[in-house]
Amino acid sequence: MSLRIVVTVKYVPDATGDRHFADDLTVDRDDVDGLLSELDEYAVEQALQIAENADDAEVTVLTIGPEDAKDALRKALSMGADKAIHVEDDDLHGTDAIGTSLVLAKAIEKAGYDLVISGMASTDGTMGVVPALVAERLGVPQVTLLSEVSVEDGTVKGRRDGDAASEQLEAQLPAVVSVTDQSGEARYPSFKGIMAAKKKPVQSWDLSDLDIEAEEVGLDGAFTKVEAATERPARTAGTIVKDEGEGGKQLAEFLAGQKFI
Amino acid sequence: MAEVLVYVDHVDGAVRKPTLELLTLARRIGEPVAVALGNGAADTAATLAEHGAVKVLTHDASEYAEYLVVPKVDALQAAYEAVSPAAVLVPSSAEGKEIAARLALRIGSGIITDAVDLEAGDEGPVATQSVFAASFTTKSRVVKGTPVITVKPNSAAVEAAPAAGAVEALSVTFSDKATGTKITGRTPRESTGRPELTEAAIVVSGGRGVNGAENFSIIEALADQLGAAVGASRAAVDAGWYPHTNQVGQTGKSVSPQLYIANGISGAIQHRAGMQTSKTIVAVNKDAEAPIFELVDFGVVGDLFDVVPQLTEEIKTRKG
Ligand SMILES: Cc1cc2nc3c(=O)[nH]c(=O)nc-3n(C[C@H](O)[C@H](O)[C@H](O)COP(=O)(O)OP(=O)(O)OC[C@H]3O[C@@H](n4cnc5c(N)ncnc54)[C@H](O)[C@@H]3O)c2cc1C
Ligand SMILES: Nc1ncnc2c1ncn2[C@@H]1O[C@H](COP(=O)(O)O)[C@@H](O)[C@H]1O
Repeated sequence: MSLRIVVTVKYVPDATGDRHFADDLTVDRDDVDGLLSELDEYAVEQALQIAENADDAEVTVLTIGPEDAKDALRKALSMGADKAIHVEDDDLHGTDAIGTSLVLAKAIEKAGYDLVISGMASTDGTMGVVPALVAERLGVPQVTLLSEVSVEDGTVKGRRDGDAASEQLEAQLPAVVSVTDQSGEARYPSFKGIMAAKKKPVQSWDLSDLDIEAEEVGLDGAFTKVEAATERPARTAGTIVKDEGEGGKQLAEFLAGQKFI
Repeated sequence: MAEVLVYVDHVDGAVRKPTLELLTLARRIGEPVAVALGNGAADTAATLAEHGAVKVLTHDASEYAEYLVVPKVDALQAAYEAVSPAAVLVPSSAEGKEIAARLALRIGSGIITDAVDLEAGDEGPVATQSVFAASFTTKSRVVKGTPVITVKPNSAAVEAAPAAGAVEALSVTFSDKATGTKITGRTPRESTGRPELTEAAIVVSGGRGVNGAENFSIIEALADQLGAAVGASRAAVDAGWYPHTNQVGQTGKSVSPQLYIANGISGAIQHRAGMQTSKTIVAVNKDAEAPIFELVDFGVVGDLFDVVPQLTEEIKTRKG
């Protein structure tokens, strides 16, 4: 039987650009260039490797996001995923982590799955909680923050490097996995991959396709509210000296002045 | 006064510092009730009482060590139901965030992660967060359910505030999902004898400029003179020069020490994300154009192989 893998990927504002908030204090996704979250590329990569090692597998990439989020799906398809699902609905604007996990869980169930693979965190919200929330909603094991992952005979195994210890984990499928940026470099799309991606199916679903009411998601349905966002004042320019043989001593002098020595 | 549930991060009964900071913040909102789970849970009580816990709910079972996250969620939920708190605070570790999120979902609440400050507000606690690689500061609230908030290390001062800290056994029934993810092996991290990266008052970091694992001894020598923790950029970690647990930045640890010393680090946005809120920032880099110099209070343009050993020597001399 075929192994059905769903990879959740997020379209995020480019971290090297000038990220900011829109007037309603949601992340501005219009005025900045977006891209497939780099941390989700690792999820796509592991999904492709697991699929390559399975007899028969299908990789579906799933995103929730505005029209432009299709770019993220295209990138994942050009890396080698088989098909894509785009959940798009104006009422989704401003959805928080709890709401996102609801929509993802419903879409994953509708798509059908044996294995869900997510990134360790989105590069814009950086919460790192959506995979755990999706596992809770689906009622399946969470095998998260893996630096190493493999799937064999319906069992997923992996290594989770925590603060206090490095742990070996194991669970039966179906399961939700998330992988870190230590899990292995993500491949670049080949020219052939980019051409092939143009012909791969991208399905669009809205809230009604998922039996979700508008009130359950979006800014109004959110469980949290950002009340203020202020830009951090630029750090005041410091002293910069060129080392002409005394740089270390000058630095020591500064540190002593600040009472660090 | 309303009670505030505080999830205790401890190793075999030794309470980690971020939990004590949480008690300081919890006292701004109500009376802290601590929840300690697993091996040594009851041994945490004295320290927690000293720092303001009015009650310490404890529970130990082998499930906490044998299965991932869910047993702890079950227990925290049991504590939540027993206490009906005004808020739930959890240390912002990777595991802490997962536990907090699953609890929030179960009790119909919102979740805020990585708060760096917390105040009481008219409509419930207001959390301060540092976002977009610390270029913005936000104030947020949970607007549905009981606020569940995870708080980063170094967000508040540890304060002594003696309270009763009466130990009570928590009664926990594990859900059928608790045993879903088995922990089949565990390799504890070896202690370096240096302070925890996220808790340290001073962090000395090395990047690609350090140019080799063996050269990290220069960084460590400086760190040891200052009683500091050692950090590394991702470039240094990816090259295999230093362990990933020491990586500072977006996908590593975020640190907010009194003093951060960056050596041979360019200051890419993903690195800045993890250290930009440090009080004082110092850098040594041979490229005067390196973006790290935009952040520094004091910078030396020079070769770290000359500057860092001289600095280490000078500190040694001054300390006498
Ligand atoms: C999704 C994502 C997540 C990331 N997460 C992180 C993260 O968590 N942490 C992180 O650090 N990076 C992270 N990065 C990588 C980041 O973009 C940079 O590539 C990385 O920080 C660069 O490390 P570096 O400054 O050590 O190396 P470089 O950028 O190569 O800089 C080396 C610096 O050393 C200086 N130098 C060289 N030799 C000497 C010498 N002898 N003396 C003095 N100076 C010298 C050079 O002038 C240069 O400025 C992430 C990237 C992505 C895409
Ligand atoms: N809008 C979204 N669409 C698809 N996947 C998402 C979305 N938001 C979060 N995820 C997934 O959840 C992971 C963790 O996100 P977060 O908890 O927001 O940091 C990401 O790496 C993605 O795999």
